[in-house]
Amino acid sequence: MPVTTIADREIHVDEDGFLTEFDEWDEDLAATLATNIGIGELTDEHWAVITFLRSDYTEQGETPTLRRVATIGGIPTKSMFQLFPKKPARKMSYVAGLQKPKGCI
Amino acid sequence: MKRILILGAGTAGTMAANKLRPRLDDSWEITIVDQNTDHYYQPGFLFIPFGTYTPDEVVKPKIDFIPQGVNMILAEIDLIEAEENRVKLVDGTTLTYDFLIIASGAQVRPDETPGLKSDEYGRTVHDFYTFEGAKNLAKALRTWEGGRLVVNIIEMPIKCPVAPLEFSFLADSHFIERDMRDDVEIVYVTPLDGAFTKPVASRHLGNLLEEKNISLEADFYLERVDTDEKKLISYDEREVEYDMLVTIPLNMGAEFIQRSGLGNEMNYVPVDNGNFLSKDFDNVFALGDAADLPTSKAGSVAHFAMEVFTENFLRYIEGLPMLEEFDGHANCFIESGHGKGLLIDFNYDTQPLPGKYPLPGIGPFSLLKETEINHWGKMMFKWVYWNMLIKGKEMPLPHEMLMAGKISDGES
Repeated sequence: MPVTTIADREIHVDEDGFLTEFDEWDEDLAATLATNIGIGELTDEHWAVITFLRSDYTEQGETPTLRRVATIGGIPTKSMFQLFPKKPARKMSYVAGLQKPKGCI
Repeated sequence: MKRILILGAGTAGTMAANKLRPRLDDSWEITIVDQNTDHYYQPGFLFIPFGTYTPDEVVKPKIDFIPQGVNMILAEIDLIEAEENRVKLVDGTTLTYDFLIIASGAQVRPDETPGLKSDEYGRTVHDFYTFEGAKNLAKALRTWEGGRLVVNIIEMPIKCPVAPLEFSFLADSHFIERDMRDDVEIVYVTPLDGAFTKPVASRHLGNLLEEKNISLEADFYLERVDTDEKKLISYDEREVEYDMLVTIPLNMGAEFIQRSGLGNEMNYVPVDNGNFLSKDFDNVFALGDAADLPTSKAGSVAHFAMEVFTENFLRYIEGLPMLEEFDGHANCFIESGHGKGLLIDFNYDTQPLPGKYPLPGIGPFSLLKETEINHWGKMMFKWVYWNMLIKGKEMPLPHEMLMAGKISDGES
């Protein structure tokens, strides 16, 4: 696994830049990751998504789908597209420091 | 007397009944419950719209495939009370069990997408994931004079994730044969970022779309359909217009699973990926599409999974530990039109790669490559399905995926 330096820290990432180590993430890093993909300041709404993603990942062991974030997390799909435009599933998990969502084959 | 109760007499449930009955003595009672009398060969739905199969080729009575010594109950399931080891039927009957096998599959749910299930459903809006839908679409295509045909996946996962691509390829071939391809624009609209999920296959299949002049609208996460204006609208407010829409509605597990508190957000039962045991109850298994396995929802998966399941289940009910772990193996033929097809073979960890199958270097089937033999493989498979697969007969194919015969990513 490649190692990269983000915000002066060594971070383990996959070939697309997604964090591979859950515990290397913290809130400061999230802000940097968000900037990397063109999302400005993280608002409370962004944090609601990120917090749900990380807690659901802890319970389930995998990155939740958009539908799961909507149904279980109670965050409308439309909002996810506004907060993390174009590719919310990928962008959300990138900022939350989770593994890239598995494409359902 | 110990009781095994199977919910659902589709591909997985029927195979389980056929695999288990001969291996268990009379101290075991096996009951299978289903609300429908007809067993559909679902891969055949794809061919009905183009007249390649007639509807009667893909349907047979379920009871014909249930082995002697298995009770079949024709009834609708109301609720699983897993804490009490019992299942309630809508007619008021209660069935108790020692072991429960949930095999109730996945169903299409056009009602889950705003605007989709309007009066236009069956007119300008179609599906081919149901017997009725496929027959309607055949009728509609026969008289269609051309225009913009949009093939759309609403959300993954879906049964047979390659079927929408196959439909697009076959549509191209169909309109060429009818000498009207110039009057038809075909657009493939998907929530994925390419033709398919896995990179090597996505590249091969994406090239085929281009060759066949089918345009790709990727990353399209559908919010609603306006059937008056004839357009699809995404969550990020992109619009795609159509004259005829062939949609793959949202697929979900059975509602009684949700009512029983056993499902995830899509009503699929969370299970161990290696042995299909429920994560919540130690005497409940889920097989086939009903389980939340991170692989294709396809009969092929159910088939390869069944070999591992049968051996493990027979040990488990004797109190022995389960041994082998399912690797997520599946393979599927992909029709590409003009009498040709491709084949893909993959598992949880290995994406579909080019090569030969089942014999390395020999085949006769070619992986990720268009050949006539692959097409005939797909055509023969209907016979294999009805006569061998769901009857639980041994097939001369290993259930685990093999790397021999495959060319890995860097080499392709």
